[in-house]
Amino acid sequence: MRSFRSQQDPECGIVTTGIPGQIEELNLDPSAPILPVQRTGRESISRFLRSETGKGWLTISPPLLYAMLLLIGPIIVIVANSFWSQDYLTIDRTFTLENYRAALTEPIYRDLLMRSLFISVTVAFVTVVLAYPIAWFVSFYGGRYKGLWLFIITVPFWSGYLLRILSWKVILGYKGVLNTGLMHLGVITEPLSSLIYNVNAVIITLAHSWAAFAILPLFVSLEKLDRSLLEAAADLGDGPVRRFLRITLPLTIPGIIAALMIVMIPTVGDYVTPKLVGGKDGVMIANAIQVQFGRASNWPLGAALAVSTMIIVSLVAGTIVLALAGLKRLLK
Amino acid sequence: MTTSPMIEIRNVDKNFGTFRALDTLNATIGEGEFFSLLGPSGCGKTTLLRMIGGFDDPSSGEILIGGRSMAGIPPNLRPTNMVFQSYAIFPHLNVAENIAYGLKRLRLGRAEEEKRVKEALDQVELSELGPRMGNQLSGGQRQRVALARALVMRPKVLLLDEPLSALDKNLREQMQVELRHLQRQIGITFVLVTHDQYEALSMSDRIAVMFGGQIAQIAEPKEIYQNPATRQVADFLGGMNFLTSSHLSVNGKNFAATLPGIGDITGHLAGKTISDPAKAIIGIRPERLRIVWEGETADPIVTGKVADRNYFGEVTSLAVNIEGQNQHLSIVETNDFGADDIPVGSDIRITYDRDAFIVMQG
Ligand SMILES: Nc1ncnc2c1ncn2[C@@H]1O[C@H](COP(=O)(O)OP(=O)(O)OP(=O)(O)O)[C@@H](O)[C@H]1O
Ligand SMILES: [Mg+2]
Repeated sequence: MRSFRSQQDPECGIVTTGIPGQIEELNLDPSAPILPVQRTGRESISRFLRSETGKGWLTISPPLLYAMLLLIGPIIVIVANSFWSQDYLTIDRTFTLENYRAALTEPIYRDLLMRSLFISVTVAFVTVVLAYPIAWFVSFYGGRYKGLWLFIITVPFWSGYLLRILSWKVILGYKGVLNTGLMHLGVITEPLSSLIYNVNAVIITLAHSWAAFAILPLFVSLEKLDRSLLEAAADLGDGPVRRFLRITLPLTIPGIIAALMIVMIPTVGDYVTPKLVGGKDGVMIANAIQVQFGRASNWPLGAALAVSTMIIVSLVAGTIVLALAGLKRLLK
Repeated sequence: MTTSPMIEIRNVDKNFGTFRALDTLNATIGEGEFFSLLGPSGCGKTTLLRMIGGFDDPSSGEILIGGRSMAGIPPNLRPTNMVFQSYAIFPHLNVAENIAYGLKRLRLGRAEEEKRVKEALDQVELSELGPRMGNQLSGGQRQRVALARALVMRPKVLLLDEPLSALDKNLREQMQVELRHLQRQIGITFVLVTHDQYEALSMSDRIAVMFGGQIAQIAEPKEIYQNPATRQVADFLGGMNFLTSSHLSVNGKNFAATLPGIGDITGHLAGKTISDPAKAIIGIRPERLRIVWEGETADPIVTGKVADRNYFGEVTSLAVNIEGQNQHLSIVETNDFGADDIPVGSDIRITYDRDAFIVMQG
């Protein structure tokens, strides 16, 4: 290989010693021992590209490149912006922490952030609690029709996101399905105004929006659960409830974590649902961020809010993951 | 049987769709008995064991344990514990926690629980592995954890589905002795599934030999070996020479036949009824045939030619071609006198015990 290459391409066979002007002919005898020689940058790059690691990097470089461009790029722009300031339409690129001070200390943003976290964590748990039995049922009793069941579950999600939110407006609204229904039944005499335009409406709507995304990872982890473990637990004396708590639940914790994260992380940043069904009490941090990037035209503050939210959500998510991992050790 | 029945299997059928996995099984297993289910792969051993444990229901018929019908009683309420063929070790628990799993519910107290777990770990030689996680074990280690996990419960009935199949020879033999010892000591009823004939022969009080979802014979090991009921049973347990015969006749408790190349022989029916002598078959175990060495005399004598020779260490197996017999006769001889040196193709003289012939239903 080596000698073949050097005859074909003299550049590969000739190695400089590192001293300019002094060029040595490499011994072309393949049996001769290869002496350690200083290599040029070019030689070592081509060597690296032929190595196992080099080939690996080469193979993943196109996707790596666009992943960098598409994922890291925007984040860099946001992070950079968050340290700048804006005066009407001009961006001042001198470093400042003023945006973060505002984002983290001004009561309005703090409240919005806390509310957003509360809503997203609640939505995530509500969604998982509602989705788990469905996933469990499909996995354990779906039989031959598992595929069909999953298909049916995803059907509502073929309609647009806005459509689903608006249909909740129809259900929860002042003259909505729920109110008129309850009035017909005589449960209430005049429509309840507490159904919509508040935090609860946001939670209900979001939980419904994300249900399918929670069901799928839960279903997958339940499918992976070895049924003979449940038989063994039954054999050792556990009834259905204990079997669930001691075997099914701990072994599906990865699915639960995945479902929680899949729901929680995007819901923090949702601004359409709070806008449509949240009213004034249901405003979330993403609405504030949107305003900064839009009408208020303060990109740096918007960016600082976004970055702060991102970091705090990551911390909360990490805490939840650790707590669930601890729970897994407790359930024996 | 001397003891009272522990498990009664009455006319049990099991169908999976249109496939009949078990066909009208009947058996009674005594209290404290070591009962083995022996048979080739796919004959329904696991299926039967799972029905005793409550993991499957019979399609018809019933199973009684301790005199109580088990219909509709889930596994957790049955006085049985099972060692699963697939081990089913809990991956999220370590070895000690796996073993303690069933004890937790009994609320024995910490000291007693730990003592029992340690005892069980010692019994299966895993004392060092207590803290190792369930998903970090080798096949044989898993199997031993599964065994310990069931043993520690001290159930009335222990169902073992090939509990030693993944162990090396030495450890397996040691475990066999250990299990047998334990079973005698605490008087548990054992139902052992195996397809290792020596395991079944050496450990069991009685053996049920199964083929294709049916029980072919239930008897004590010696009886099964010496007096197999059917050709299949004989073939499955140890080697058997099936002989070409003519003029097979049954007379009272005896039978007689002419074996081409061997001569006229007689034998005992040993309690069997041969309904159709035309379909019966005569056999002799390889170890009941012996080589007659140069200079020795014997009566009767049969001559033949060595067609093949296989060396097994302490013994050698010879395939001998005898004029008039359709199949080679297999002889197993110890190597003390040089059976391992007999050249293939040489002439050989053999003799047999006159009472060694068995008649079987074909
Ligand atoms: N759930 C099932 N559905 C359909 N057929 C099954 C099912 N379980 C077992 N069988 C069939 O029933 C027959 C008996 O199976 P079983 O597992 O009892 O065999 P086995 O005697 O334990 O064999 P092995 O020694 O290989 O473990 C097999 O032919 C098997 O394919
Ligand atoms: Mg089996």
